[in-house]
Amino acid sequence: MKNAQTPKNRKGTLLTDGQLDYERLIETDEFKQLVKKKKHFFRPYVIAFFAIYLMLPILTGYTSILEARAIGWMTWTWVYAFGMFVMVWVLTQIYVKKARSFDKDVEHLLGKHVRK
Amino acid sequence: MSFWSYSIFFAVIALTLYITYWAAKQTRTASEFYTAGGSLTGWQNGMAIAGDYLSAASFLGIAGAISLNGFDGFYYSVGWLTAYLVVLFLIAEPLRNLGKYTMADMIGSRFGAKKVRGAAALNTITIVLFYMLAQLVGAGALIKLLFGIEYWISVLIVGVMMLVYVLFGGMTATSWVQIIKAILLMVGTIVISFLVLMKFNFNFIGMFDVMRTATVHGESYLHSGVVYKDPIGLISVLLALVLGTAGLPHILMRFFTVKDAKTARSSVVYAVWIIGIFYVMTIFLGFGAAKFVGADAIIAENKAGNMAAPMLAGVLGGDPLESFVAAVAFATILAVVAGLVLSGASAIAHDLYAEIIKKGKVTEKQQVFAARMAAIGVSVVSILLALGSEKLNVAFLVSLAFCIAASANVPTILFTIYWRKFNTTGAVASMLTGLITALVLVAVSPNVINPVEGAAFFVGEPLFPFVNPAIISIPAGFLAAIVGTYIGAKRHEAAEVAYAEVRFKAETGYRGAEG
Repeated sequence: MKNAQTPKNRKGTLLTDGQLDYERLIETDEFKQLVKKKKHFFRPYVIAFFAIYLMLPILTGYTSILEARAIGWMTWTWVYAFGMFVMVWVLTQIYVKKARSFDKDVEHLLGKHVRK
Repeated sequence: MSFWSYSIFFAVIALTLYITYWAAKQTRTASEFYTAGGSLTGWQNGMAIAGDYLSAASFLGIAGAISLNGFDGFYYSVGWLTAYLVVLFLIAEPLRNLGKYTMADMIGSRFGAKKVRGAAALNTITIVLFYMLAQLVGAGALIKLLFGIEYWISVLIVGVMMLVYVLFGGMTATSWVQIIKAILLMVGTIVISFLVLMKFNFNFIGMFDVMRTATVHGESYLHSGVVYKDPIGLISVLLALVLGTAGLPHILMRFFTVKDAKTARSSVVYAVWIIGIFYVMTIFLGFGAAKFVGADAIIAENKAGNMAAPMLAGVLGGDPLESFVAAVAFATILAVVAGLVLSGASAIAHDLYAEIIKKGKVTEKQQVFAARMAAIGVSVVSILLALGSEKLNVAFLVSLAFCIAASANVPTILFTIYWRKFNTTGAVASMLTGLITALVLVAVSPNVINPVEGAAFFVGEPLFPFVNPAIISIPAGFLAAIVGTYIGAKRHEAAEVAYAEVRFKAETGYRGAEG
């Protein structure tokens, strides 16, 4: 069905030749909301994992605080590195869980503006 | 070569050839050849990513590095795993949503200019050749050691096998070789780790106490700094490790083998678990080799420590386990080089031939034919290079490949998805600057010019102090993207229109009328 209710004055998301008007699509509230939600959610994690990752060589390279023993002879260096592994696994699960909720937003958006 | 080695070695070859035979029957179209028709499930692709990623550098290299240098070897494990957060959070889904067969497709979805696709293809081919040369020379040395075959025959065996997989079975065969390799690698590593832990009486903490006195480094073995004495050099290496993965063409290509972004996402999750568990076990491989094989014996066999894992297997489980681990190492190399051949071939046949020379006007048949010819070309060139490089110290080629990937590809990939103003000039400037900076800095680094005689190609003071140039070349790639974009800003008004489409498709996975 070729979108009968889209007026030719380009208020909808189709251009007159039947192409999607992406300029207009990325200006829709749903799309802006989606991008904003993603940004708000993911950005802190990205900054955090880069910071935590780069702290490791800074701490081991410029200080010796990680050389202290943590548990037995396992030093804090190893504890920090193992912590990175846990961080990767936890963030992966968080990402997947959140991405599923974004999938729903995308479905809603496509249903409203693209597949009519 | 014992009965065990023969049987396990040939079992691996027979199994992978049978898979190739089976895959060949379902490889007819270009999409089947390049991406297995997008038919892989999440776990299959997750295993294949792990199989593609855990190269000889991971299995043999890290085990050796930890055994000889303690914690400094473990940096590779930490960096290469954390790299998947970059892939998952920033790249995997938009890439799957925008691309078709190659990384250049994804950049080309926004910038139609031939020079953009050409630069992306050039980077892919450069990375593939460096990475492949390292794997092939490593493979030749390994098989020579394990089975006592001449170097050139070893290289030919690996070279012919990889070509057979790709030529006949395309991505389907390559993927399944990678999946099988991932399973073999995990089984082998779990068995060794279990045996090592048993030797330590299952006392994980106590193991560190033992290691404190087990090596010549003493307590420093448990700290950072045995190898990386200069913090800036260390940061540079870690930057290349964490960002490089997101720009490796053979890893990125794996995301096109699944049907949509959701499956791409779930395949990263499987990959992160498999790769993570493997990297944790590199501690047991490394500590075990240091304690039960000993640094002297490891170095006597190979200066870089590459034989640590198979030697450890021999000490722990005798001939059967050593043969099994050798076969795992062989399968590891085969799986990785097959993935590399395929991504090199796709850059030549799809990006350069079909899209640039033929402007997209090729039939399926021509496309597949071109891809097979390109696979032969890539294989022959890399085999010839490898045959002439037996004595070359190739360890730095892998880190160079990661460095080029991080400096030349990652800025362009990220800006293509996330930066509205980014344009053709910025993309080309970034890709070429990243590539050239990385190459030139490595050419004048201690890898090539070294005061210690025999350590590199030339004797002398290096002009650039760090082994890995990432700390300069990655910012250079990003900076060139920004400067190029502003220089080109006035000439590229169309960029924004395309960006709206790219942005929309990247976020939603919408792929046109049938979407």
